[in-house]
Amino acid sequence: MGNSSTPFEPKIIAFCCYYCAYAAADLAGSMRLQYPANVRLIEMPCTGKTDVRVLLEAFENGADGVYVAGCLEGDCHFLKGNIRAKKRVQYAKRLLDEIGIGGERLEMFNLSGSMGPRFAEIAQEFTEKIRKLGPNPLKKPNA
Amino acid sequence: MIVAEAKPLAEIAELLGEVRKILVVGCGGCVTVCLAGGEKEVGIMAAALRMMYKKKGKELETIEVTLTRQCDPEYVQMLEKYITEDVDCILSLACGVGVQFLAERYNKWVIPALNTKFAGGTIEHGVWEERCGLCGECILHKTGGICPIIRCSKSILNGPCGGSQNGRCEVNKDIPCAWQLIYDRLKALNKLELLLEIQPPKDWSKARDGGPRKVVREDVRIE
Repeated sequence: MGNSSTPFEPKIIAFCCYYCAYAAADLAGSMRLQYPANVRLIEMPCTGKTDVRVLLEAFENGADGVYVAGCLEGDCHFLKGNIRAKKRVQYAKRLLDEIGIGGERLEMFNLSGSMGPRFAEIAQEFTEKIRKLGPNPLKKPNA
Repeated sequence: MIVAEAKPLAEIAELLGEVRKILVVGCGGCVTVCLAGGEKEVGIMAAALRMMYKKKGKELETIEVTLTRQCDPEYVQMLEKYITEDVDCILSLACGVGVQFLAERYNKWVIPALNTKFAGGTIEHGVWEERCGLCGECILHKTGGICPIIRCSKSILNGPCGGSQNGRCEVNKDIPCAWQLIYDRLKALNKLELLLEIQPPKDWSKARDGGPRKVVREDVRIE
């Protein structure tokens, strides 16, 4: 995948629930934890707001990887938002496989607002994973 | 409602073939309710196809329109302004009726994006079940509101058959025996005597066996 001289820096979109992942990102910041600058956060009122179309749009507009980060299962502020998000992410993964982008570029993570270090870890792990997978296939001419 | 389900993306892409610009047309009727061909599904389908083509190094332009209904000429007509010379084909996310209405009205190649399944209803969000066999002569008053034509695998009128075991159909254990349901329901309603009436063979000429059907209401015709 790495046919260019500059190392591939993936562009990652993280859809984060306000009640957990977004707060965890804040905590990670307060704790001065380092995590890759590749991850761009989008705050959501709840991962139950996850929309398959928006996930696809992120890839269409050039994201190399996307993840949805919601509360721990059973801890959703709105009771079942994260469970619904999980199903939608599964569905979108299947679509991405069918499209040929690859469902592995999309993931769902669960964490709580107090898990700042875990947030940084997820950002790190996912960035590494996408770095290995290479750029979004749509970006390559005549893929 | 008419319940439909999307065809696999790969199949749709194959049906489309070498196209540059397509109209992706949704329907605001039944297929919106069964989450197969409404505005949202049109958006997802169009985005998925654009990405599929882009991955192959081809450009695909999509125009997304969702009509109130595709089975009424007055709404089908609203698509006219989008039908330009450079539109290679129309991808309809309606049931088979909508696809045909578009094909009849416009001189363009129309492709169905859905497989039309059955006339049914919502059991729970995301689950739809068949309820009507569209047989043309309703007998639900005789069977406690449970249709033996479509809910009995054999469509028998004087059931149950010998394959009914513990309330389940022999065709598949997930299918409840319609005649068991009918019996239970009539018993609860104290109307078991309805079952004593032997039903004669059904006149299937009112169903599809009589050829394509038509309903005409002279009193409401305008012309």
